[in-house]
Amino acid sequence: MTTTPLNILPSAPPREVVCAPGRDEACASFTATNLSLAYGSKSAFRDVSLRINPCHLTGIIGPSGCGKTSFLSCLNRMTDLLPCRVTGSLNFGETNLLDGSLDTVALRRQVGMIFQKPNPFAMSIHRNIAMPLREHGMKSSSEIDESVEQALRDVGLWDEVKDRLNTSALALSGGQQQRLCIARALALKPAALLLDEPCSALDPIASGVVEDLMLSLRRRYTLIVITHNLAQARRIADDVALFWVREGTGVLVESGPVDQLFEQPRDEITASYIRGIRG
Amino acid sequence: MLEATRNERHRLRESIITMIIWLIAIIIITIFGWLLTDLLVHGLGPLTWSYITTEPADAGRAGGIGPILVSTLLILATCMAVTVPIGLGTAIFLAEYTNERSPFGRAVRRSLDVLAAVPSIVFGLFGSAFFCFHLGMGFSILSGGLTLACMALPIFIRAVEQGFRAVPDEYRMGAAALGLSRWATLTKVLLPTTMPTLMAAFVLSVGRAVAETAALIFTSGYVDRMPQSLMDSGRALSVHIFDLSMNVPGGDDNAYASALLLVGLLLLINLIATWIAKATQRQWTATA
Repeated sequence: MTTTPLNILPSAPPREVVCAPGRDEACASFTATNLSLAYGSKSAFRDVSLRINPCHLTGIIGPSGCGKTSFLSCLNRMTDLLPCRVTGSLNFGETNLLDGSLDTVALRRQVGMIFQKPNPFAMSIHRNIAMPLREHGMKSSSEIDESVEQALRDVGLWDEVKDRLNTSALALSGGQQQRLCIARALALKPAALLLDEPCSALDPIASGVVEDLMLSLRRRYTLIVITHNLAQARRIADDVALFWVREGTGVLVESGPVDQLFEQPRDEITASYIRGIRG
Repeated sequence: MLEATRNERHRLRESIITMIIWLIAIIIITIFGWLLTDLLVHGLGPLTWSYITTEPADAGRAGGIGPILVSTLLILATCMAVTVPIGLGTAIFLAEYTNERSPFGRAVRRSLDVLAAVPSIVFGLFGSAFFCFHLGMGFSILSGGLTLACMALPIFIRAVEQGFRAVPDEYRMGAAALGLSRWATLTKVLLPTTMPTLMAAFVLSVGRAVAETAALIFTSGYVDRMPQSLMDSGRALSVHIFDLSMNVPGGDDNAYASALLLVGLLLLINLIATWIAKATQRQWTATA
């Protein structure tokens, strides 16, 4: 690997990994051991063992169809909505995520999810954030208004929309819609956020704004981001996991700190993939 | 040269198709306009306030249609009071709780489609046998309303189900990812989104119910007195129009007036439903 010219991808400056004060216990880790998922007889990924560090931003990279999204769906039990079977073990902090009696409503409040295509509801900007808060038991209007404002400030949307909070969220641009979806998830004060290619449906400028937003959320939440953009993974991630298709199913090839994975990959596939030779 | 003739022919074909489409549109508008004009010309004369409020006399040749209007509205109200809750529940069950390809869901859907295509006279006979005699409701507004509900339900359910299926799955995924319960997803996300379809289905069903004659002759009856309760027999507007134009010589002018009123009633219900859809959506999208 000594001859690999990796300079095409600008290296991120070294960073200290320290949780924001008071957030350490709120951020939690995910630990998957021999986790597998299958749709009927079709296996999506097999035997994935991966620890996701608390308060880190973990990038998941790999070609299409290697089980990245299926893996992400396990982490907040969105798999319950799919006709699939999950085996192995998966923990969120101390919680066993594969426990059939787990309160998924409470889990999903803890572990938010952002989709590839922005999906604000067909209601006003304010209500998009306020309605879930109210459903989770927040009653006082002033408290809700405060949370809405704080969430919108967190994603840098407040100044853009504060004069039209009661207009439809569908009138926002794609990038604004995606940030609204992130704000909606943040308002519930989650411990972790799962982001499934949050930038891929956006234009380059909006994509940059969302990327900056993810950077600003780093250390405050455990973030897991699927991305097809290797340069982006390198810019924003603390840790990276590479999935690959092997024998018709997804497998985890390599995972580790971003610099190690990009500069001293241990696996042949990783080396070729990040050089752009394969995948 | 060759290119030029081909372009020429292409353009000719385009303009012919355009003309045909316009022609079809104009024919449809003309037919509707003709119908409406005919109604207005013949019906506006007798249509006075006293016609709307007084009782009919001389088999409908004289007097008004007050009791008939009341019966019609009562039959319609009974019908919709049954159709909307049952229909909404069934549609939600079909769209949200059954797989589109499951045998049970398919069986229910197929049955509804067949029911929707059954001629109204068959519903009339069924209603007469079941509600009037078997359940002992007699010839009454209640029997008529329930029979109409049987007719309107299939249309209403299928239309509302389509409305729910048209809501993108991203909304359901988004709601689940926010930890919303199934009930909250239904009432706070899906229902507001489907409100316009819901109102359209309502208008469609009301239209079918209010225009019905055959099913009502055997169930709610002919009596043109003012109904005292839902158990009284009552004559619907459509039955009145049918009777005036078929069985009463010299009743044509009043038949026209009643028909005009029927069309006006439909238009009014349509307007109200659209207004409700807009108002509820406004309320749902607002801050509160």
